[in-house]
Amino acid sequence: MDFETIIGLELHAQVLTHSKMYCGCSASYSDAPPNTHVCPVCLGLPGVLPVINRAAVEKTVMTGIALNCSIPRYNKFDRKNYMYPDLMKGYQVSQYDLPIAVNGYVDVDVNGREVRVGITRVHLEEDTARLTHRSGVDGERSLVDVNRSGVPLMEIVSEPDMHSPEEAREFLIAVRRILRYIGASSGNMEEGAFRCDANVSQRSTDGSIIGPKVEIKNMNSFRSVERALEYEVARQRAALRNGETLVQETRGWLEDRAITVGQRSKEYAHDYRYFPEPDLPPVLLDEGFLAAVESRMPELPRVRQRRLREQYGLSHADAALLADEKAVADYYEAAVTAAGGHAREIAHWVTGELFAIARNRSELGEVGIPPTSLAEIVSMVVAGEVNALTGKELLTTLAGSDVSPRAYVAQHGLAQVRDADAVREVVLEVLAANPDAVADYRSGKKAAIGYLIGQGMRRMKGAGNPDALRRTMTDILDNDSSS
Amino acid sequence: MTHIGATTEMVVPVDLSLAEARRLLDKRELSAVELAEAHIARIEQVEPVVQAFITPMFEQAREMAAAADETIAAGEARPMTGIPVGLKDIFCTVDAPTTAASKILAGYRSPYDGTVVERLRADKAVFVGKLNTDEFAMGSSTENSAFFTTRNPWDPTRVPGGSSGGSAAAVAAGQAIATLGSDTGGSIRQPAGFCGVVGLKPTYGRVSRFGLIAFASSLDQIGPFTRSVEDCAMILGAIAGHDPRDSTSAPLPVPDYAAGLTGSVRGMRIGIAREFSAVEGMEPGVQAACEAAYETFAKLGATLVPVELPYSKYALPTYYITAPAEASANLARYDGVKYGLSSEAETLLETYLRTRGEGFGPEVKRRIMLGTYSLASGYYDAYYVKAQKVRTLIKRDFDRAFEQVDVILAPTSPTVAFPIGARTDDPLQMYLADIFTIPANMAGLPGIAIPCGFSDGLPVSLQIIGRAFDEATVLRAAHAYEQASGWHTYRPDIARLVAR
Repeated sequence: MDFETIIGLELHAQVLTHSKMYCGCSASYSDAPPNTHVCPVCLGLPGVLPVINRAAVEKTVMTGIALNCSIPRYNKFDRKNYMYPDLMKGYQVSQYDLPIAVNGYVDVDVNGREVRVGITRVHLEEDTARLTHRSGVDGERSLVDVNRSGVPLMEIVSEPDMHSPEEAREFLIAVRRILRYIGASSGNMEEGAFRCDANVSQRSTDGSIIGPKVEIKNMNSFRSVERALEYEVARQRAALRNGETLVQETRGWLEDRAITVGQRSKEYAHDYRYFPEPDLPPVLLDEGFLAAVESRMPELPRVRQRRLREQYGLSHADAALLADEKAVADYYEAAVTAAGGHAREIAHWVTGELFAIARNRSELGEVGIPPTSLAEIVSMVVAGEVNALTGKELLTTLAGSDVSPRAYVAQHGLAQVRDADAVREVVLEVLAANPDAVADYRSGKKAAIGYLIGQGMRRMKGAGNPDALRRTMTDILDNDSSS
Repeated sequence: MTHIGATTEMVVPVDLSLAEARRLLDKRELSAVELAEAHIARIEQVEPVVQAFITPMFEQAREMAAAADETIAAGEARPMTGIPVGLKDIFCTVDAPTTAASKILAGYRSPYDGTVVERLRADKAVFVGKLNTDEFAMGSSTENSAFFTTRNPWDPTRVPGGSSGGSAAAVAAGQAIATLGSDTGGSIRQPAGFCGVVGLKPTYGRVSRFGLIAFASSLDQIGPFTRSVEDCAMILGAIAGHDPRDSTSAPLPVPDYAAGLTGSVRGMRIGIAREFSAVEGMEPGVQAACEAAYETFAKLGATLVPVELPYSKYALPTYYITAPAEASANLARYDGVKYGLSSEAETLLETYLRTRGEGFGPEVKRRIMLGTYSLASGYYDAYYVKAQKVRTLIKRDFDRAFEQVDVILAPTSPTVAFPIGARTDDPLQMYLADIFTIPANMAGLPGIAIPCGFSDGLPVSLQIIGRAFDEATVLRAAHAYEQASGWHTYRPDIARLVAR
């Protein structure tokens, strides 16, 4: 029997804001010692009240717009009640029935196919404290770090529109890319700033069997999402084919064993007893606010990728690579503008040379080569003023300095010697000094020319042009048998 | 230090009104330190009987009074500078424990001052102590305090009302010139009535709740207890106003309430609602005193207009869905993990169960259970949602009434102070003590309780309810009545109280 996989994802993204969701504490806690970014409000002390972080609302609205959602003019906050030591107040201030954004979609490219995944809703809530469990000589203990408590958290819920682990992974990547583009979240999964839970089920293609929905948690990377889902699909299909009963449950992905295991269902049988948060009035988003947010929306990844292709004549692959990160695309376009053209060449230099030396693609700025410098280098290479090798060396030599590449080339005499007589002189010297290689070439071992060109380049100390050397050499070797 | 006038005229600082004390302090005829010492002496004298204070703050009071004297000497006095003030023990204060009269917070120290405390401190008011209340403000008699029951200074065998019973009794017994309480369903007005003092619940949103330990967030409101309406206006002006830390506080200007006390209600239209008279258990003495008060208003030139508030009879049941629901969430933070009582146990669940089992009293547990139940999946629509709809209807009744009248009069409570222990076995009887005060909470409206006579030797109280954010009119009506009737000048017999 054939089965179809049905996957829906629930994403949590920490919102990039200076302060926390309901208080003034700093929201960037990753390098902070435990319990230093805390105040009575995020500690949930008696008597405190929350205040909504406007920037978090703005970024969630931006996310909603970017995910093609409608933004209701009215949203409100609710209390989600459950007791756990990571939840300071015994309830989480979240949004239940009236979230910030609803009914959107994301178009995702999966192996050249376009898949549209519906977005059910995007709402805003607060992150919990972080618990660390330790055992030592004095027994087991749990430590609470409240720095994370109250950090703005966006929840993005998809429709069950994905039909393979690969689609789920691509959806996840696409959403992350969008969040990073609009500056709503770092999207960093390893640091826990971006998290993913999945609901997976199977349906037989004839519709006779509909398997129960299983929720998968503890997936901490894009790869583990795909692996966990692949495992779960296989597990569910095998069970259904063998006539075993599957139960609706929550299962945790164990990365090291590469399996999912059922979590005790009792712990998850929550009744959250949602009710409107009486400490916060409902949020009314007026037209002016929405227009202001709309006006700050950057061009989104898919649109930009298409424009890069069309405007600069780039290949699909280059456009995709450049559009993956907003910072890269911005860098690329700045370089093309500075160079006044050479769009394809600059694309190759960015995706080739710069990516090779940048530690992180999203931080091209750290390489220390401003787009104007790359524009000069590529322009000189294209014009034959320097050779490609020199161009590459300039990238590393000039990294972090404020010397212009053109000035540096002039100062160090790196400009290519293009004077035909000078080249001919060097070629004649090389041919004279390497009779064996010349003989090899003439006897049909044409590859020997590579060695001879290399010798020419050495003599010219980087100012040589390999094409000019090759042309002159073949010209002499093929026509002048006397030498 | 001597003060002018002391030889010719006996100044009894504990009997001063806030306005009189202000005048004497500003004229340097009385120092803040003297005023504080007089109140400390009174507290020491009557406290064995009254038991209004959970934590006296004598040392702090002396320091604050000394500082207040410097401010006065520098000519920088504000209305509350040097005035002895008591705080209900659910106001977070850095310099004294904040317990909410609960075992679960016994000895708890807040690392911050709430907004009203901060404002009074900035004005150099003098804090004399933290006052008894029903645990987490849940009750109508202070009998739910985990520590002790406060006695009514008019008759120590009777309750002072509640939950802010300590705040009401302290003002009645001269232990403070003014106190602050909180009113969720009547917790300022009802004890003010039982103790024969003035108590105001401002409009929801008029005074910041930041630093007030929450009972029911959509209903809680902070307000003052004083011995006169003018005093009430003065302290309200000091604590009211928008606070960016409380999103439900209104960004509206605060009028000069004291300046608005004209002494006249001539031409004012005053509503009398049938729903606020003929209830079961209404004492004839209370009914008679209130009706006499209505007549006084008519004699003063106001027009009495019958109004209808048909949904008010649902206010009590609606309140007992809404308030416990919010309380069930507000009290979830007391789990033995972070602060307060923590009962040792093997597992997390056991820690929760034992801490909360030992830390909360029976009424608090009852309300947590009520609230948890009405929010539970499957019951939510039938209880919580329905209650919110009724709440809207109650509000609409008032909106309609206030199209015709400027204020509405009602008894504060259907009875005078009842004997200690009389209602502790019957929560429903206890809940009925708030039947006339709850509607104003459900509608978010301001309401004041002022003395309007006696029944069987115990104070009867008149309630004046006004339009949202129109405390000025409420105070003006209350002040005119007070001046005409003089009921506020009656004080319990302290000598007899202490002799018992």
